[in-house]
Amino acid sequence: MSKARLMQGNEACVEGALAAGVRFFGGYPITPSTEVAEGMAKLLPTVGGKFVQMEDEIASMGVVLGASLAGKKAVTASSGPGISLKQELIGYAAAAEIPVVIVNVQRVGPSTGQPTAPSQGDVMQARWGTHGDHPMIALSPWSVREAFDTAVMAVNYSERFRTPVILLMDEIVGHLREKVELPEASAIEIYPRRKPSCTRAEGYEPFTPDKDLVPNTANFGEGYHIHVTGLIHDDTGFPIGSPKITREVTKRLHDKIEIARDEITHVEEYFMDDAEYAVIAFGGTARTAYEAVANARKKGVKVGMVRLITIWPFADKAVKKIAEKVKGILVAELNYGQLVGEVERVVAGKCPVELCAKYDMTIFEPAEIEAGIDELVAGGKA
Amino acid sequence: MRKQLRLSGSGGQGVITAAIIFAEAAVSEGKEAVQSQSYGPEARGGASKSEVIIDDQPIYHPHVEVPDLVLAMTQKAADKYYADLNPEGVLVLDTDLVPEPPKFKNIIRIPITKLAVEEIGKSLFANIVALGALVRITGIVDFESIKKAVANRVPPHTVEQNMKALQVGWDAVPEK
Repeated sequence: MSKARLMQGNEACVEGALAAGVRFFGGYPITPSTEVAEGMAKLLPTVGGKFVQMEDEIASMGVVLGASLAGKKAVTASSGPGISLKQELIGYAAAAEIPVVIVNVQRVGPSTGQPTAPSQGDVMQARWGTHGDHPMIALSPWSVREAFDTAVMAVNYSERFRTPVILLMDEIVGHLREKVELPEASAIEIYPRRKPSCTRAEGYEPFTPDKDLVPNTANFGEGYHIHVTGLIHDDTGFPIGSPKITREVTKRLHDKIEIARDEITHVEEYFMDDAEYAVIAFGGTARTAYEAVANARKKGVKVGMVRLITIWPFADKAVKKIAEKVKGILVAELNYGQLVGEVERVVAGKCPVELCAKYDMTIFEPAEIEAGIDELVAGGKA
Repeated sequence: MRKQLRLSGSGGQGVITAAIIFAEAAVSEGKEAVQSQSYGPEARGGASKSEVIIDDQPIYHPHVEVPDLVLAMTQKAADKYYADLNPEGVLVLDTDLVPEPPKFKNIIRIPITKLAVEEIGKSLFANIVALGALVRITGIVDFESIKKAVANRVPPHTVEQNMKALQVGWDAVPEK
């Protein structure tokens, strides 16, 4: 008997987070992310974890940071206005190097928008929603199985880099149920919480970077002195008004992700071997783009698809490579045009880049993306 | 073998649950299935629609393009959701809740909600009565598979009533 079952994207996200070792969830329910909180409430107590429903989204973000500092792998989930409310503390996590995963099941915005309707309008918010210079990792699944896989990846990356990671889902995948077979626990690689390698007497400081530029900060309650602040701090964790330290810390926060960029930038290609044109898509929209590309192939159009799983850091290398190879790129995204700007930046005029945008609370139909491919092939829009 | 189903009605009638169970039955038979849904911000009473695609090949675009079957449990849903139905497809209507059937070649009218009340005792079972009928009309999944899928999803003390509801729906489909 196959272990295949029908499962929802949001449910798979919960399963993935738990499989990666998450034992704390703090949240406040909001459509279309609510099933993440529901699943956590149901399953966390069965594995010795804790679920807390907080009074609002800001407190939900605060409580997961506290839980993480105390040693638990922690997740929160929200959507739309809830994600906006979390932004300051997402920056705090970046500055204080606190591992945490924020699940954003995107819905139509701005503001309350369309609560139950799909959108991919938080691409740039994921990157720049919190203020100041900071790196960001954001992953976007296109299937229920990948909601599981990217949840595992998100937790692992947050621990490995001690940084906030955004699991940038959309309503299409979050609410989709499909046949899925989840991997055995033994097949899942888990990045454990980093541990101090020496005692204070031996020179331990909580924010001294390791060789990979990430500090092995101790958890609260394990016998180490630790001070946590959103102010720029030196290796002791205490704030310091020094241009040199400010420059070094800001650079290290970026570099710790940058040196691993190739490893964490996941891209998948379809029909690209002989492709003369490429569609770039991500998340739920990539499912429709795949169908559109397959249909166009049947008509003899040499088009392929490049699907971004890692949204941030952006797949500069992969996109540049494609730009050198194809006659034109179509970016299909369920928003007014966000990712397309990044694509244009990287393509830098090497080939035409056209936008296939939709922002009417419904998902793309394959025919709409096919029409975009046809226009691209015909030489761009009139 | 792609089959595309659209179940529609008003929030609270259970069309989303019915679609999930249908998809679960298909998956239990080793088929590919996706189920999606759209509904308004209301908890009850708003328009509600759920779609199921079943195939033996992987399914990418997750929404129904041309439905082979539309179930409508309200007049509003019938008027709104039958338009793109495959001309060779079938429109299944709750007889009493859709008093004015749209003009369509192949319509099956079943007093779904009335049967749920009279035979099982509660309108709550209307979605399961509908499911019994849909299984027979489509022939996509076995009746045994849908029975197991229903039993797995409903509260244990209601299994017997739900099995009866399935049978009532199955029996209510007119012979061809």
